[in-house]
Amino acid sequence: MQNLKDWETVIGLEIHAQIISKSKLFSGASTNFGSEPNTQVSLVDAAMPGMLPVINKDCVEQAIKTGLGLNAQINKRSVFDRKNYFYPDLPQGYQISQFTQPIIGEGSIEIDLKDGSSKKIGITRLHLEQDAGKSIHDLEPNKSYIDLNRSGVALMEIVSEPDIRSAEEAQEYVKKLRSILRYIGTCDGNMEEGSLRCDVNISVRKKGEELGTRSEIKNVNSIKSIGQAVDYEFKRQTEIINSGGKIDQETRLFDEKKGETRAMRTKEEAHDYRYFPDPDLPPLEIKDDWINQIKKKLPELPDVKKEKLIKEHKISSYEAAILVSDKNNVEFFDKIINENKKRNPKNIANWIIGDLFSLLNKNNLEIKNSPVKAEDLGGLIDLIEDSTISGKIAKNVFEEMFKTKKKAKDIIEKKGLKQITSTDEIENIIDKVLNNNKDKVEEYKSGKEKLFGYFVGQVMQETKGTANPGIVNEILKKKLAN
Amino acid sequence: MDIDKKLVKKIATLSKVKIEETEVERISKDLSKIITWVEKLNEVDTKDVTPVANPSDIKIPFREDEINDGKIEDKILKNAPEKKAGYFVVPKVVE
Repeated sequence: MQNLKDWETVIGLEIHAQIISKSKLFSGASTNFGSEPNTQVSLVDAAMPGMLPVINKDCVEQAIKTGLGLNAQINKRSVFDRKNYFYPDLPQGYQISQFTQPIIGEGSIEIDLKDGSSKKIGITRLHLEQDAGKSIHDLEPNKSYIDLNRSGVALMEIVSEPDIRSAEEAQEYVKKLRSILRYIGTCDGNMEEGSLRCDVNISVRKKGEELGTRSEIKNVNSIKSIGQAVDYEFKRQTEIINSGGKIDQETRLFDEKKGETRAMRTKEEAHDYRYFPDPDLPPLEIKDDWINQIKKKLPELPDVKKEKLIKEHKISSYEAAILVSDKNNVEFFDKIINENKKRNPKNIANWIIGDLFSLLNKNNLEIKNSPVKAEDLGGLIDLIEDSTISGKIAKNVFEEMFKTKKKAKDIIEKKGLKQITSTDEIENIIDKVLNNNKDKVEEYKSGKEKLFGYFVGQVMQETKGTANPGIVNEILKKKLAN
Repeated sequence: MDIDKKLVKKIATLSKVKIEETEVERISKDLSKIITWVEKLNEVDTKDVTPVANPSDIKIPFREDEINDGKIEDKILKNAPEKKAGYFVVPKVVE
């Protein structure tokens, strides 16, 4: 067995991103998800004879916005082509797509990696096309059921250069792309509902050698699956080559349950889509004025926001990267800081990335559905900063807030968790503890200094953890020195 | 260009057209003739001509993003040979 370290994976990704729009790319039917079957289908979407497609201006604008977000070239003239194939969920017998002249040309995005480095991944192109309908195969043994509600919804197919070299890079690329799409509001990025779908093109080679034969993996529909599919294919392909075999160029399906890929059962008729320009649609012309108008409306992108966070709030690059990875995170952070500018940004970032994320993950919640709202977390942080409670108590209070949706103040009052900062009060408690442990005090004075921690513990127990630790230490030291 | 029998069968499969074995020979000849005739165009020098994507001179018309269609499921399903619970029902197709 040869050393696997000599091998590298070469990956290119094709992402299908559903455009956020009210109506479809070429018809006035709604794009709403989850409606009754075939209720959102126009005669155009059902491919009735004589129907003509008319392009949705907003969908074009969304594609241009995305192109700008990907630092890509906007092609002022692009052409719609027919991609011909037969499948029951494609009533036209062809998909309207763009082949040789897409709306968006070359661009790139930067991804951040675990080791702190960043890498530029090239974008080959982005083109507009129609989505197909949905087939349901499990309602009857010998029948498929077809719902055309999704037929004709606008998609952006975003193709990357084969610049990706590992599962981590592939995952970070999709995360970054998704975050850009969400920032600029052109796709909701929901992989579960299928509004963001991913095909992985992957081959292996000895480092420095020519590209190997690739497999195309379909149906990779979560960030986790992307990682699994890449790792599985790397192993499969290197094993085949190492044992003297050859890789077939083929389309494979990812099996989410097994974490494996398998060849598709039906060998597809070698792709022969017979593309040709769609005579129903004149070329799409885009004027500079329009592009400039869209540029002005473009919201702040994650990379720009990240730099701002680091500069203005002095948080680390790592913290900033996590916060900007999701627009909702940044909004949460900004809300807390804007409400009270005196709050320490670093503490806020720590609370969000640490305690909040860990509880959200445990409960499978998104930050926008967090039971602890931004203003409530802000309130808790204020109570730590003004020494009403200690940081340690705050963690318990936070858990309680998460569980009960109550405000920090109310929980602290009800449970008597307010920090004791009065020296008199603490002194009384310390006296009591020392009186009850005269033997240990003697041991301490004869040199067993480790017992100091024991005394602190006793005081904390006595006060249910509410005594200010700094003051406790100070008074204890004084008392024991006598 | 010669459209041989193999290519005729491939085109038939791609376009889901059923042809009998006895017809292949004739179709092969017909298609070859047509292609040869169209190939006459290759004699024209088009080196400096931009390919035409659409013969008309009209600009692409745009639609505003409004929902003004759909909710006509009865009409959509009217001609379906088989339907159930609002779906088209077709012979099983699975990958």
